Amino acid sequence: MAIVVTVTSGKGGVGKTTSSAAFAAGLAQAGHKTVVIDFDVGLRNLDLIMGVERRVVFDFVNVIQGEATLNQALIQDKRIENLSILAASQTKDKDALSEEGVESVIDALVEMGFEYIVCDSPAGIERGATMALHFADHAIIVTNPEVSSVRDSDRILGILQSKSKRAKEGGRVVEHLLITRYDPVRVENGEMLSHADVCDILAVDLMGVIPESKAVLKASNTGVPVILDHESDAGVAYADAVAGFG
Amino acid sequence: MALFGLFGGKKPSSASAAKERLQILISHERNNRSGPDFLPDLQREILQVVKKYVAVSDDQVNIRLDRHGDASVLELNVTLPER
Ligand SMILES: Nc1ncnc2c1ncn2[C@@H]1O[C@H](COP(=O)(O)OP(=O)(O)OP(=O)(O)O)[C@@H](O)[C@H]1O
Ligand SMILES: [Mg+2]
Repeated sequence: MAIVVTVTSGKGGVGKTTSSAAFAAGLAQAGHKTVVIDFDVGLRNLDLIMGVERRVVFDFVNVIQGEATLNQALIQDKRIENLSILAASQTKDKDALSEEGVESVIDALVEMGFEYIVCDSPAGIERGATMALHFADHAIIVTNPEVSSVRDSDRILGILQSKSKRAKEGGRVVEHLLITRYDPVRVENGEMLSHADVCDILAVDLMGVIPESKAVLKASNTGVPVILDHESDAGVAYADAVAGFG
Repeated sequence: MALFGLFGGKKPSSASAAKERLQILISHERNNRSGPDFLPDLQREILQVVKKYVAVSDDQVNIRLDRHGDASVLELNVTLPER
C-alpha cells in the first residue's frame, strides 16, 4: 500500500523543504520507491534543494491540467535509484491545485507502484497547504523550538484533525513531530524550549530532533539532500528519524 | 546573576516563560476550535455587555464551553476589578 506523507508546519521557513528532501532521499535509500512532490506552487524550491533545477521541463500543474503526462514530469534522481521528484509550477497560482487534480495525480503515482508519496507543503493555511494535507496518511509536523512556530503547528494539527480526507471519513492522520533548528546549548541555558516541552505542549509523538547545523546550508548550496552528508550532525539526525519512521 | 548561582536557585528562564504562555494560549485556541463557530463572536459580545457596566479589560473575561456527557456547559468567568 502506498503511503502519503505530508511535511507541514503552518509557519514559513522552519525546514519543511529541507526535511521533505531528507525524508524522501532516506526512504528511497532504504529501498522504497519514493516520489517527493513540491506543493509550493508559484515558489518552487524543492528542485533546487534536490539539485534537479536544470532538469525541470514539466511540473505538477502541467500534469493536473493535462499539458504533460506524469512520466514526462517526473524527474528521476541521479544519485538514488528509487527516487523521483515532481516539481511545482513557477508561473501558475495555487488555485491550479484542484482537489480532483491532486487526487488523480496521487492515484496515478500509486498505480505506478510508488510506496511513499512525500508532499512538501508550502507555508500558511491556504490552498497549497490544505491540498498537501488533504490526502495525507501521515503528517510530519516540522516545528522550531520557538513560540510562533509551536502555535502555528497546533493550528495545523487542528486542520489535520478536522479537514483532512481521513478525518472527514472518521479516521485520523498519523501525526509525527519533527523538531528542527534545535540548539542543545541554548536549551541547556534555558534560552530555548526543550524538545520535551514542545512535545508536551503539542501532544504529538516525537519522531526526531534535527540540530541547527551549518551542514544544511552547505547541502542546499550544492543541491544535495543533507541526509546524504553522513558526516554531518543534521544528516545523522535525519537518518535516525527516517529509520524510526520507515 | 551570580546571586542566583550563590543561593542555588535557578533564574526563571525565558524558555519556561515561553512554555507557560504557549500552554495557556494553545489550550484556549483548542477550546475555541472544538466549540461551535459562534463562540468567538459570543465572547466578543458578552465582553461588550460586561464593559457597559464594569471597567474590565479583554483578558478579564473568559468564556469556555465544556462538554459533560450529553450536555454542554457554557462557563463565563469575569474577573472584576478591585474597588
Ligand atoms: N537544521 C537546520 N540548521 C540550519 N539551518 C536550517 C536547518 N533547517 C533549515 N534551515 C535553513 O532554514 C531555511 C528554511 O528552510 P526550508 O526552506 O527547508 O524551510 P521551509 O519550511 O520549506 O520554508 P518555506 O515555508 O518557505 O517553504 C533555509 O535557509 C535552510 O537552509
Ligand atoms: Mg519550503
